[in-house]
Amino acid sequence: MTTLASAIHLLAALFLLAAFAMLSQRRLANLITLYAWQGAILASCIALAAYATGSAHLYASALLNALLKILLVPALLRSLARRLDVQWDRESLVQIPTVMLIGLGLVIFAFNAALPIAVPGAAINHATVGIALAALLLSLLMMILRATALSQVIGFLALENSLIFAATSVTYGMPMVIEFGIALDVIVGIFILGVFFFHIREQFDSLNIDRIEGHHE
Amino acid sequence: MNVSIGLPWGLILSALVLWSALAFASPFTVRFPRIAPFIFPLGAVGALCVATAGLLALHGPPVATISPLGLPGLPFHGRLDALSGFFLILFGLTTVAISLDLAGYRRHEHYPTAERIGAQYHILLASLTLVFVAADSYSFMIAWEAMALSSYLLVITDHLSGATRRAGFLYLLIEHVGALALLAAFAILIAQGPAGAPLSFTFTALHAAHPDAAVAGLVFILAFLGFGAKAGLIPLHVWLPQAHPVAPSPISALLSSVLLKVGIYGLLRVAFIILPTPAPWWGLTTLSIGLMTALLGALSSAVQNDMKRLLAYSSVENIGLITAGIGLALLFSAYGLKALATLALIAALYHCLNHAFFKGLLFLGTGSVLHATGERRLSRLGGLIHRMPQTALLMLIGTLAIAGVPPLNGFVSEWLTLQAFLKATALPRPYLAMGIPLGAALTALVAGLAGYVMVKFYGIVFLGRPRDAQRAQARESGRLERAGLGLLALLCLLAGVWPAGVIALIRPAAHLLSGANAMITTGDLGARVGVGHATYVPWVLWIALGAIALAAILILRVRAARGARRVPVWNCGHPLASARIQDTAEGFGQPIRDVFAAFLAMRRHRPAQDDRVPRYASTIEDRFWQGLYQPAARGFALLFAATATRQPRRIAISLLGVLMTLIGLLVLAP
Amino acid sequence: MIAHLLVRQTIQILFVIAMAPLLAGWIRQCRAWLSNRSGAGLLQPYRELFKLLRKQPVVAEEASMLFVATPYVVFAAMVVAGAMIPMITTRLLLAGAADAVALAGVFTMARIFAALAAMDLGTAFGSMGARRTMLVGFLAEPALLMVLFTPALISGSTSLVVIVHDLARHGVILYPSMVFAAAAYVMVTLAENARLPVDNPDTHLELTMIHEALNLEYSGRYLALIEWSAAIKLLVYIGIGAALFLPWGITQGPGLAGLPMAYALLVAKLAAAGTGLAAIETLSAKLRLFRVPEFLGTAFLLAVLGLLVRYLFGH
Repeated sequence: MTTLASAIHLLAALFLLAAFAMLSQRRLANLITLYAWQGAILASCIALAAYATGSAHLYASALLNALLKILLVPALLRSLARRLDVQWDRESLVQIPTVMLIGLGLVIFAFNAALPIAVPGAAINHATVGIALAALLLSLLMMILRATALSQVIGFLALENSLIFAATSVTYGMPMVIEFGIALDVIVGIFILGVFFFHIREQFDSLNIDRIEGHHE
Repeated sequence: MNVSIGLPWGLILSALVLWSALAFASPFTVRFPRIAPFIFPLGAVGALCVATAGLLALHGPPVATISPLGLPGLPFHGRLDALSGFFLILFGLTTVAISLDLAGYRRHEHYPTAERIGAQYHILLASLTLVFVAADSYSFMIAWEAMALSSYLLVITDHLSGATRRAGFLYLLIEHVGALALLAAFAILIAQGPAGAPLSFTFTALHAAHPDAAVAGLVFILAFLGFGAKAGLIPLHVWLPQAHPVAPSPISALLSSVLLKVGIYGLLRVAFIILPTPAPWWGLTTLSIGLMTALLGALSSAVQNDMKRLLAYSSVENIGLITAGIGLALLFSAYGLKALATLALIAALYHCLNHAFFKGLLFLGTGSVLHATGERRLSRLGGLIHRMPQTALLMLIGTLAIAGVPPLNGFVSEWLTLQAFLKATALPRPYLAMGIPLGAALTALVAGLAGYVMVKFYGIVFLGRPRDAQRAQARESGRLERAGLGLLALLCLLAGVWPAGVIALIRPAAHLLSGANAMITTGDLGARVGVGHATYVPWVLWIALGAIALAAILILRVRAARGARRVPVWNCGHPLASARIQDTAEGFGQPIRDVFAAFLAMRRHRPAQDDRVPRYASTIEDRFWQGLYQPAARGFALLFAATATRQPRRIAISLLGVLMTLIGLLVLAP
Repeated sequence: MIAHLLVRQTIQILFVIAMAPLLAGWIRQCRAWLSNRSGAGLLQPYRELFKLLRKQPVVAEEASMLFVATPYVVFAAMVVAGAMIPMITTRLLLAGAADAVALAGVFTMARIFAALAAMDLGTAFGSMGARRTMLVGFLAEPALLMVLFTPALISGSTSLVVIVHDLARHGVILYPSMVFAAAAYVMVTLAENARLPVDNPDTHLELTMIHEALNLEYSGRYLALIEWSAAIKLLVYIGIGAALFLPWGITQGPGLAGLPMAYALLVAKLAAAGTGLAAIETLSAKLRLFRVPEFLGTAFLLAVLGLLVRYLFGH
């Protein structure tokens, strides 16, 4: 096994670790930091893939991801959290150990689902696909189980991270245009959501999902 | 077939005759008090005979015999093979200790309890022996029922108490549900025999029946239910924590050490020897039920407040671990990994033996505590290490052994089980290979919980100060009791330090079950066990620990100019006002209650702010009571209520119904 | 051959016993520096130990033999644990006597003895400490086992020698599964050694103390032994971590020539790990007690995840 492949595998494992850590984290500030770390892992993974294939557009993608996910989005989220004055997620809907157990089940499922997939390519194999799939399911789980809207948004962003990771590991990235489009979507999405949060809070005096859900009319 | 009476059969027969005679003689000890002291020691001699027979049966070829007893044309078949041999050794050795203890225990009992125990106990021993050597389903079921009934009578020794009678009834009920399942399993197998040939009940004929996969699966489920009810697997475990505590302690020891293992023996006999190659789902079912039983048992024992009930739940836990090992072996067998199956079987059987020794020891010890203090509630005990130092030391050995601590015996079987789990990645199905490490994780968690439980048990009973001034005058137990305890403690030590000796006892049985040799190596004067490159040499650990501790003692004592000064307890400067300030059993169980609240059905009573006399209370019930048994009981009650109204008042018509059913069945029968 | 083994074993035992207080002193010094204090110096733990050893011990009247014997048992268990880990060389006399599972077992034994001794006097603090220690223990022990199983699955054996040999042979390859194991291991180490965020080693606060509550009634040489064992335990844990996750520089050959270099490397690893530990402790706040099961549960599940990842990657 080459050093490159083992490095990509290592990063994949770290990616999953970050996804799991986000699942078990209560504090919003830590959640944002973990998101930034996941972005950093993703960016270095893309950079490695770029090095492996020597394609310039992957380098650009790595740079873009790094800028967006390590610096810009976390900064935006932090300022949102500060201005909305939410430090902690409320007690999660389900106890953390139970969440982790469910997550473990999802990981087993994802790994098994990925086992038959064999992608032709030197450094990428079913393992990274399995990890991407597992991370994707975990982010979805996080969105389902979180009690406040902001952490759900972070779950959504982590979901997007996993998608990019899957794309990188399966097909060495997407066409540049699509990546730029997604990046733009993410930023615009955060701005819009930020504006929404302020409105929501004025309306309901809370960002807790169940409070919001109570008002259907 | 020729009737051969070799040495092993001779020994077994003489034990049976001896025990029958003792059972018969026991009631006469009232008239002739001089023979009373000899009843139980003679029983121990019989047990020794049985253990020897088991040892002889291990290596010789299987010896079959046909007894002249039984119905005409339907004789009892007996067979001594390595599996029977192993369980006879387990049974014999434990029973020697229990009989010794009973010899001392007897003196504390009044007429007619000791006499009754003497009769029923020896009948139970004889029927147990017959269960282990029976080679046809007919004699097996007879011995099985004899065992169930005599043990039921022993459970309700204290029959004047309502709780005891209720527990005994529950035991009898579930025992019978299990026996029905077993009867059905055997009946299905017998019906699978070659058409036209006379029905044969022998296990050999049942094995030759070769049922197809669906039938074999059905038989396995029925057998699993029947033997699981005996062994105390969920959801049929509820009788165990009720019945074991109410029996006299030596009987509890026998129930936990030996009678639970009968279920394991039956399961092994049917699943590995009588039925054809197992299907993977057998193993998976057995493994998951085993692990769930283990976890439930460990959690429940951590929150108990009655020392015997705590031990009973701990038996549930240990049976779960043994069953998990058997499940692993079935899985390996199903995929043709025979050497690994043998490894898992050796781990499971090793744990059987260990559990017999340390649980016997602990139950006998609770008997001594009970006699010394008259108290079973943990929250009233304490400080017995000062009053009963020898019992406390022997119980410490049992406590450490059951907690799975090296270099004692509990650790060896835990070690082997974990090694078997680690090899499970060889299974060809990804889901299995990934799921099994979770099993290893659960096993490790259960082992950790067992340590917690045992610290609670020992710490509250023997350490600290007496929580109840009236119990402070406890006295050391008698010599015979201590001899029984000592024998079991010695066996725990021996099985811990000399694993190869124990594995030599198990190997033939495991080989018989799986048909392959294990990948276990033993060496270094028989004290090293190895799986692959991993080795464990207990005596080296003993020596290393001892040498370093000794060196530390020597260096520090020699250097020290003065010995220790004895003063009152410091307690951070607070005077120790009351012994009640110590942690209670409830307090010690509190973290487990909080962490695993979801698993336990708990009712709490907390005082309101303005209560004059604040009262805290929490009761914990088995979730299976609420979830399964109470709905079932209600369902039956409704059913009976519904049918009862339609029943005619006249008895003749009811009897007519019986007659019609009988005729209908006879018409339907082929 | 046997003589060489014996020499190596003896040196390692002496090293473990002698260096443990130094490591404790180093961590304390680092913590002092990180919190802008000057600290008491590296040798402070030795001074404390010698002071305690000189004093006449005071033992409660109600103490049983168990209470007096426990410090020796715990000390012996920790030294034996330190003696059988291939952190310097894989050729040790005791390395074949026990594998990774037995190692976890030895720790459990020490913990059970410590908890029982704390209950011996019937003080409220003692039994509370016993209960809390066992709570941490029954969750940390399976987590530790699962951490050890990840490399055991990679090398196909639970023998520490085989594991270290196998990991060191592959040079720079980093196993993805070991990432999870390492994360879990750090958490287990913090919990098992009563460090922040699980327990604060510097205070005796009734509401929060775990490990200190066990030792309240000990004094003189008994307390010295207990403190010394705690220091050895920390060294052993870091030593296991170094052997599993940084297995470089551990000598495999039969000669004694490589030993000085291996010892120097180990000291460097210990110093680095000590600094890291001090940093973690300075940065984290103590968890409330009922959050500790969650913390350890996370460690446990991370370790199990490591096993799964190992299966996925096949190495």
